[in-house]
Order: sequence, then C-alpha cells, then structure tokens
Amino acid sequence: MSQQDMALMAHLLRRAGFGATRQELEGYLARGYEATVEALLHPGDAQSIPDDVIRRYHTDMAEMRELYSVAAYWMYRMVTTRCPLEEKLALFWHGLFATGYSKLNQARSLLNQIEMFRRQALGPLPEFLLELSKDPAMIIWLDNNDNHKGAINENYGRELLELFSMGIGNYTEDDVKECARAFTGWTLGNAEYMATRASKDSIWPYSRIAWHFDYRDYDHDDTEKTFLGETGNFNGEDIIKIIAKQAATARFISTRLFQFFAADEVDADGEQVIESMRQTYFDSGYETRAVLRTLFNSDYFKSDKARFARVKGPIELVVGAVRMAGSYQRPTFGVDQLARQSFYMGQGLLQPPSVEGWHEGAEWIDSGALVERVNFVSKEMGNVMNPGVRSIIDRLAAESGGRLTSEALVDRCLDLIGPLELADTTREILVEFANKQGDVNLEGHQPGDDAEQKVGDLLRLMTATREFQLV
Amino acid sequence: MPSEKKRALVVIQLAGANDALNTIVPYTNGLYYDFRPHISIPADDVLTINDELGFNPNLAPIKALWDLGKVAIINGIGYPNPDRSHFRSMDIWHTAEPAAVGKEGWLGQVIRELDPNGDNVLTGVNFGRGLPRSLALRGVPVASVGNLATYGLFPEVDDTARKQNVLEAFGKMYGSDMKDEVLTFLGQNGRDALHGADILRTAPEQYTSTVAYPNSPIATNLKSVAQVMFAELGTQVYYTTYGSFDTHGGELIAHTNLWQEVSGAVSAFYQDLEEHGWENDATVLIWTEFGRRIRDNGTGTDHGSGGSAFVIGGAVHGGLYGEYPSLKPEDQLEGDLHFNNDFRSTYSTLVERWFGLEPAPIVHGHFEQFDFLTA
Repeated sequence: MSQQDMALMAHLLRRAGFGATRQELEGYLARGYEATVEALLHPGDAQSIPDDVIRRYHTDMAEMRELYSVAAYWMYRMVTTRCPLEEKLALFWHGLFATGYSKLNQARSLLNQIEMFRRQALGPLPEFLLELSKDPAMIIWLDNNDNHKGAINENYGRELLELFSMGIGNYTEDDVKECARAFTGWTLGNAEYMATRASKDSIWPYSRIAWHFDYRDYDHDDTEKTFLGETGNFNGEDIIKIIAKQAATARFISTRLFQFFAADEVDADGEQVIESMRQTYFDSGYETRAVLRTLFNSDYFKSDKARFARVKGPIELVVGAVRMAGSYQRPTFGVDQLARQSFYMGQGLLQPPSVEGWHEGAEWIDSGALVERVNFVSKEMGNVMNPGVRSIIDRLAAESGGRLTSEALVDRCLDLIGPLELADTTREILVEFANKQGDVNLEGHQPGDDAEQKVGDLLRLMTATREFQLV
Repeated sequence: MPSEKKRALVVIQLAGANDALNTIVPYTNGLYYDFRPHISIPADDVLTINDELGFNPNLAPIKALWDLGKVAIINGIGYPNPDRSHFRSMDIWHTAEPAAVGKEGWLGQVIRELDPNGDNVLTGVNFGRGLPRSLALRGVPVASVGNLATYGLFPEVDDTARKQNVLEAFGKMYGSDMKDEVLTFLGQNGRDALHGADILRTAPEQYTSTVAYPNSPIATNLKSVAQVMFAELGTQVYYTTYGSFDTHGGELIAHTNLWQEVSGAVSAFYQDLEEHGWENDATVLIWTEFGRRIRDNGTGTDHGSGGSAFVIGGAVHGGLYGEYPSLKPEDQLEGDLHFNNDFRSTYSTLVERWFGLEPAPIVHGHFEQFDFLTA
C-alpha cells in the first residue's frame, strides 16, 4: 500500500462519498480500488441504526411535514451512511431534478422524492425519468397538474427536455409542446385541492395530506404527436423511451455526472472521458451504474487532473467535516443545525433556488459563505473532544513516541485528514505557525491538554486553507 | 480609513406575515368587528390617525414618530395573484418577481449598482445568519453578522494570543495569488472576509451613545446597524429579519409582544440617528410577505394577502399611501384584503429617489412611484 494508493482511495471516497477517515481508508485499501468501486456501486444496507430508532430519539426528525425535520433526517443519513455513493448520488440528482420546498409547503412529498432518487439513482435512466414524471412533488413543482387536454401547460415538458435530459438546442419548440401534450393527465389525486392547499400553505382544516400520483385518462390528449422526428399516439412513457435513446441525452447526463464527480471544468481530456461514458450509456442500456463505473475506473479520474478539481459544495463540506470529526455518530440533537449551516453557506437542502438547481464550482464561494465554511469546519476539527479528532491525536501519539517536530506534525496531519495537497507556500505558513506554537509532545497526553490543543489549532488552520475548500 | 457618510437604507423584514388589519386598524368600520369577533382591537384602545384608521396601541413609539411626520404607511401593498406560501411569497418580495421563480435579490442588485467595482466589501451588511435572498447576487459580497461583537473568523477561539496567531496565519495563507484561477479567487475572498471582519470589529469600539436600546433581538440588531452606520464604513444597505409574525393562534398576545419589541427598537434606533446627525441620511423600510385573513379563526388569523408596509426616516414625507383596502365582501380577494399597489412601486421609489439608481432593471418593470421621500 503506497502513498499514491492512499491518495487515490481518499480521492475516490471524497468524490463518490463525503470523504473517509484514515481508518475507513485502510479498510477500503485492503479490498483494492476496483473492488471498492464495485462496492460503492452496489449499495446495500446503509443504516447502522434503524429509522424507527432514530425517530424515537430524534423527535426533531419525526415531523416529516416540516422542512427542517426532513432536511435534518436526510443530513443524518448522509452523515452516518455506510453507503456513501447512494447519498452522494441522491444529492446529485436533487441538484439536477431540482425541486424546492418553497412551492410545495409539504416536506413529506420531497422526502418521498429523495427516497425515489435513492432507488433509481444507479439504474436505467428511462425508468428513473418515468418515476420522476409520476412524482407528485415534481408534478406540483412544474405545474403538470395544470397540463390539460386542449389546454397544455408546457412547464414540465420543457424542463424535462431542457434541464433533465437533453439540454437546450437539441429539440424544437414544437417538441416541447408535443412533449407537454403527451404528459397531459399525469397529475395527482385531488389535484386542484392539493395545489390550492400548497399555495395557501394552510394546515386548516385537515393538516397536510400525502400526495400520490393519479392518471386522468379523460384529461389525456389521446391523439397523434410528432416528437423528435417520430410520430405516434405518444403517452409519457413513449416520450421517455425516445428521449433515452438520443445522443444528446447521453451527452447531457454524462457531462453532468462528470462535472459533479470528476471536475468542475471540462477540458479536452475530460471530453474524451465523457465520450467513453456516452458509449457506456448506450452499451449498458442507459444504466447510470455502468456510466459511473466507466468514470471511476478511467485514467482521467485516477490522474492528477481530477485531483482537487472541484470546489466543495456546502453540503459536501458540512457532511465531510462532520464525518471526519465523528461528532454525530450517535443520535444527537442539533442535526437540524447542520441543515441550517449549509443553508447559511448557500446550499439549503431541499431548497434549491429554482428548477435549475444550484450554480456550482467557484460560484459557491463569496466572502460571506467563506466565513461560514471556515468557521464551521474549524469548530468541528479544532474540538479535540470530537471522536474523529481524538483518533487523529491517538495516531499521532503512537508515532515517534508522541514527539513531533513542527514539520513532521504538519505533514502527518495533512496526511491523516486527507491526504490534503497544499501549495508549498501554504504548507510553509503552517510549519511557521506550528513553530510558533512550539514542538508538540503527546507522550502521556490527557484529553484537552496543551499538546492536544496545539494539534487542534493546527487542524483548525489546516481545514481553513483555501485548498481545503476544494475536493 | 477616510470616513464615508453615504445615505443608507435599513430594511427590516417581518418574517411570517404580519397581520395588517390589526396593525393599522379600521376602528370605525363595523365590518372589522363583525369579521373579527375574537381578536379585534377595541376602538377605544386605538391610537387614531384619522377618523377611519388608527395604530394598534403597541405601536405607540411609532405613532410618536408618525406625529412628527416621519412615517409613511403604505396600505394595500401586494402583487398580482397573491401567493399565500411563506417561502414563495418571501421569494417574490426578495427577487421582485411575482410571476416566475426569480434568481437575483433586488438589494443585491442595488448593492452592485452602488458599488459596481466592488471597492467596498461592506456596502451591504446583514444582521442575522445566512444570506437573505434580497441580498443574494452572484459576485456581490455581503457580510452576514450574527453577533457584531464576536463577528469574524474562528469565533470559538477565545484565547487572545492563540487567536492572534491563528488569524495571522490565515491572512498569510490567503495572502498570495496562485497559478490556479480558483485558488486565486478563493484568496481574494478570504482576504475580503478577513478585511471585512477587521473593519466591522472597529465599529462597536468607536460607538458612543446616550440612547438605551430595549432588550430584544431586533433592538440588538438595530443597535448593531447604528454602530456600523456611525463608524462610516461606507455601508449603504442594512438588512435584518424579525419574527415570527405567523399568528395562526394566540394572536393578541403574540402580536402585542412582537410590535412592542419592533416599535421600541425602531424608536430607539431613530433617536440614535438623531443624536448622531444621521436621521436624514438613513431610511427604514419595514416589509412583510403578505397580510392575513380578514376573518379570524378563533384565536388568530391565517394567511391572506394585501398588507401594509412602513417607510420611516428624517427624509420621509409622512402620511398614508396607497388605499386602505375595503372589507366589504364584494371587494375582497378570495376572502382577503385586495391589494391596490404593487410592492415594486415602493421598491422603485426607494431605488430611484433614495439612491438615484435606475429601478426598471432591478424590479423588472416600470411602476408608479410614491411621494413618500422629501429628499
């Protein structure tokens, strides 16, 4: 097991999950890279603690009609899951098929949508798009309940093509209309009442009632349509079949997956990887699992080009920091605060600003968000009582008899929290800081003592670097 | 740093939808008492404005400002196709886009127009956590200050010596440009954050005042606004949120407390402005996302539409603006007060007549303006 292997595995887990502790990485390394990729692509039992137990202890997560309850519930899943890719993908799809609480006023429907994302995340795209078209939250969000035979509402039809599958420029305005016509009648039970309730945000008189998909055949436009050059009496399922086989769909989905999992910017080498992902998309019967396998096993993904080539989104930052610090392993109050923290940083779970999702990459960063980001991680990693931090301290104490020079301390810490790559200048400043603190002697260290505090402050600074804002 | 006295807008958001009907009360209208058998304000308690309308008595300090001609009340404010969802309606006010999901905060655009080159990272300051959508605009830095006294990086490091070392190292780490564009961009933001925090920290230290602010979160935030304002850091847009005004139940008690707190805070703030010679350079806008139902539900009110907003300041031409909506059933909008002026008129007035900026691109259209500003 070499340093390069460790760095590569850490990179994989940062991208396919929310990062991993040194202990977790050692476990993955024992299995090997390809085997770990396969394990990630086949999520099994994600929960170490069953849902009903969580909700019994966390009454703040039990109110499934409320935004921050559900956000807390999902945050907790992300923080504690044993199947990180499943949650990371749910987050990816949430950013792509972006549906926001503001118009729904009913968090349960969003939770159902996220659970559907988990089920469909790695499977064939047409199946996913079909579930999406029947998802009540999506129907209300994009007004498909207002899409009637003879009086179409184009919103869902348009966004399905523009933002969810093919991308602008690959279809005509007529295609949008035909698409909308095909989805007429795809609504929810008691739609008019439910939609009014959503917009009035009222719990009177019967509180919030769960939504379910309903197909109104009498409201469905049952006539011939011409969509992307094909003609027939298309219903929604047929439209999705046609969409799935388009080259534009392969390109769009592959590109979005690449940008989320590989690099914010797509260069010439990136284009080549996307090309191979597109090929896999068709060869595999449109399966996301296969496409991601191609990506994770590609030379590009494993190379330096992909290393730290993305800016961490706020949720990635929060969940990653909490997983590393180990501060929320057991049911603890305050998980809704995590959801609020990422909201303060500019990414509110279940609250994408619009159907376009979030603007990622460097756009996550502004001076206000940076203060929140730095302060949050500093509070987690500078707290020497957090289990994850104690693990790091214990490992340091076990090396060189617990006596570490500034240089060694900096390098060991950078390794154990990552490995994290820093510019030489940044590293020098950290060494200078450690020198100012004085050499650290962890022999016989006691919880919270001076030596530990010095390690904590170094970790604090290390995770405040600009390099740490990248993933 | 050279002092910059620039005129400022202080925006107070009453979150949760303030009940306009019980704030500015139509105390001689029989329908008001018919529709609100449980929670109406008795006519004798009202602080009268004229022979039709009066203030809820808990607004007494604001009534005092009204008597000095410093308060403009905009009645019947709203937008077409009112939405009664908190989040949606707030978004509509934040982005000045009733018909679509807007993406740019109106105040974010104002800040950008006031400081196109981004010379001053403190042009806009929010007092509260997270960035309200009004202020959100790509590329526009806004400091969000939870607590002015402790604002900045690494607030939990309380040992001064340790903190000094940590901040010094942080500044150095973000000090240089790097080959990588993103890292350079991060460097700039880090320096801005540190710089902003350093400057903001000086504000409370410079502040002296005889005004005693009440003990409430809104008063604390307005005091922080005053501290930053009088330090003349060049800030022009201040924002703070208070709530919740979502009085579905127990309204008489909750609404009383809320307005006592808001009025006390605003009054203290105005006094502070006068003491420091700022009353003609600061204007306060108080808004809420919608009004509430005309008919009460027993102990409170549910979501409605058509509310009241306030503009307060030395440069304000006090008075009643807009029409007070009729309570007659035939005039109501689905059981609610029918709005008669678009909130974007109020926004446009402030953007153009207070800041001298072109309002149309910011509020996405041309809206008739009010005459509530003398300046």
